[in-house]
Amino acid sequence: MSEQKTKLVEVPGGIIPERDVGQPPVLEVRHLGIDFGGLTAVDDFDFVIGKDEIGGLIGPNGAGKTTVFNLLTNVYQPTRGHILLGGVDTRGKKTYEVNKLGIARTFQNIRLFKTLTVLDNVLIGMHNGMGYNLGSSVLRLPAYWKQEKEAKQEALSLLSIFDMQDLAEVHAGNLPYGAQRRLEIVRALATNPKILLLDEPAAGMNPSETAELMENIRRIRDRFGIAVILIEHDMNLVMNICEGIAVLNYGRIIAKGTPEEIRKNPVVIEAYLGKKGGATDAEG
Amino acid sequence: MKTNRKTIPMPMRYLINTVLIVLFVLASTLFVNSDAVSGYFTKILMVIGINIILAISLNIATGYLGQLPLGHAGFMAVGAYTGGIFLKAVDAAKATGGTYYLYIAAALVLSGIVAGIFGILIGVPALRLKGDYLAIITLGFGEIIRVVLTNIDSVLGFDLTYGASGLKRIPKITTFFNVMLCVVLSCVVIHMVMKSRHGRAILSIRENEIAAESCGIRTTYYKVMAFTMSAFFAGVAGCLYAGYLGSLQPSSFGFMKSIEILVMVVLGGMGSMLGSILSATVLTALPEALRAFSDYRMVVYSLVLVLMMIFKPTGLLGQYDFSLSRILEKLMNPKKSTGKKEGASHE
Ligand SMILES: Nc1ncnc2c1ncn2[C@@H]1O[C@H](COP(=O)(O)OP(=O)(O)OP(=O)(O)O)[C@@H](O)[C@H]1O
Ligand SMILES: [Mg+2]
Repeated sequence: MSEQKTKLVEVPGGIIPERDVGQPPVLEVRHLGIDFGGLTAVDDFDFVIGKDEIGGLIGPNGAGKTTVFNLLTNVYQPTRGHILLGGVDTRGKKTYEVNKLGIARTFQNIRLFKTLTVLDNVLIGMHNGMGYNLGSSVLRLPAYWKQEKEAKQEALSLLSIFDMQDLAEVHAGNLPYGAQRRLEIVRALATNPKILLLDEPAAGMNPSETAELMENIRRIRDRFGIAVILIEHDMNLVMNICEGIAVLNYGRIIAKGTPEEIRKNPVVIEAYLGKKGGATDAEG
Repeated sequence: MKTNRKTIPMPMRYLINTVLIVLFVLASTLFVNSDAVSGYFTKILMVIGINIILAISLNIATGYLGQLPLGHAGFMAVGAYTGGIFLKAVDAAKATGGTYYLYIAAALVLSGIVAGIFGILIGVPALRLKGDYLAIITLGFGEIIRVVLTNIDSVLGFDLTYGASGLKRIPKITTFFNVMLCVVLSCVVIHMVMKSRHGRAILSIRENEIAAESCGIRTTYYKVMAFTMSAFFAGVAGCLYAGYLGSLQPSSFGFMKSIEILVMVVLGGMGSMLGSILSATVLTALPEALRAFSDYRMVVYSLVLVLMMIFKPTGLLGQYDFSLSRILEKLMNPKKSTGKKEGASHE
């Protein structure tokens, strides 16, 4: 894989790849914020991502990264601000409606359908891709057979991205940890999203698994032409595959830019290492 | 599970299963109607069938959807009274030939639909809320239905349910064949729904509601759908019950009846249709066989529940389900069967 980095340019409100200038961004977030009681978990969050960009969201523990994902998928309703998905304001929509509009996600604490098979997990992701009605199920009309057959083929082909097609009949809960994380990505892809949100996809993976995951995220982006936003503590992974990075601390964006800019940014270094330079294990 | 394993292609599977099921229904009906089987025994078989439908219908809400309804007998009551009143109104006993069977079919479907409507009415408010509201609301529903059935006549000003004295002289339309047919049709319909995108959506809610929602599943819609299906088949069972007994009393549909059905589902394994069928059979037949102990039935049920929860919380069969085709396929692949039992005996 070529390591050529996309050139990023500033536009009002964010940084996007040069190739996306002039195109409407697939996701545009304005002044987003949420309070939990007295706690402001996220505030004034501005973010723009291009059609097939890989963006990173990093920050210390408790910075509010997962909360941003929960806001984007309307698991939480924002206290302030707007989310525009392909120009459509998602305010007031249900989580499943946001998914239909094109946002799919994985979870930091894996949420698979554990006692169902790997194949069923993916097929559930393809639920809205199939359209046959209840009558077709009960009477096993041709629509059922045709769509189920196509869906199964599609599911196996998605699983093959991670070389998991032979695990199709295994119960998801019996998969090793790394495979569970990969299955979550496949299931999210199965919903045919425009934007894929990955919450710490490499957590718990060993270095070789992580390297493979990195390749696969890029390949997914290229094959499906979708945007990816990933939360990750593994700086190696983030710096390698993200074209743009936003750094979150105490619910606010403290820096945005290319991996090089972020790496050198003194504010970011301070947020991760602390004012007095007391070393922490931020990159662990 | 690779290429060289023989499998039965799909249309063939359905054909084989259909033929086997039809043969089974016909053979068992002929057998039961013959002199070899006493009327008493036939009655027990009919009650077993009714209880099977009750158990597999509750299993939709409990095992597949993962909710805990405590008022299943309420839906059964709605179906029973709907069917009973309808059968009396059209005077089904006097009907002959085709009309007679039409009345029976209409009574069964109508009972299911009315119970299903109650399912929607209860399910929509209860299932929108997260948590255990459904248990409490259905518990209340079951009791309210009983009270309403007892007292509604004085509100209406004419006799509809005949209150505590009971709805009597319902045409006894229920036969072994009726029951058998309803059991088979219920099983088939539930099976077809569960092995489809709709069924998978219902299962995904049980597994992880947040993940289901983020996969684009309309969770509230599918919860209500599953709950309504559950109520529908309970209503059908209720109608069979009305046509079996010939008279109905509100007190037969109390909380204990709900618990009895729940025990069948839990014992068999939540999410296993075969488990529900087996435990409904055993738990209906056993008290008959052990008449002397029938007073202690509820004690035994409670004990069984407690012991199950401690030693095998997934039920006897867990989520295992029966498949004729799977057994046929196993016989077709004697050597490759990685299973333990077969191997030697089939050489
Ligand atoms: N539902 C909630 N109710 C109250 N507080 C919440 C809720 N969800 C998140 N928070 C708080 O918001 C803050 C941000 O949490 P969040 O999970 O988004 O952090 P994070 O950046 O994902 O951290 P980590 O790297 O540990 O995953 C935390 O202080 C957390 O306690
Ligand atoms: Mg997090």
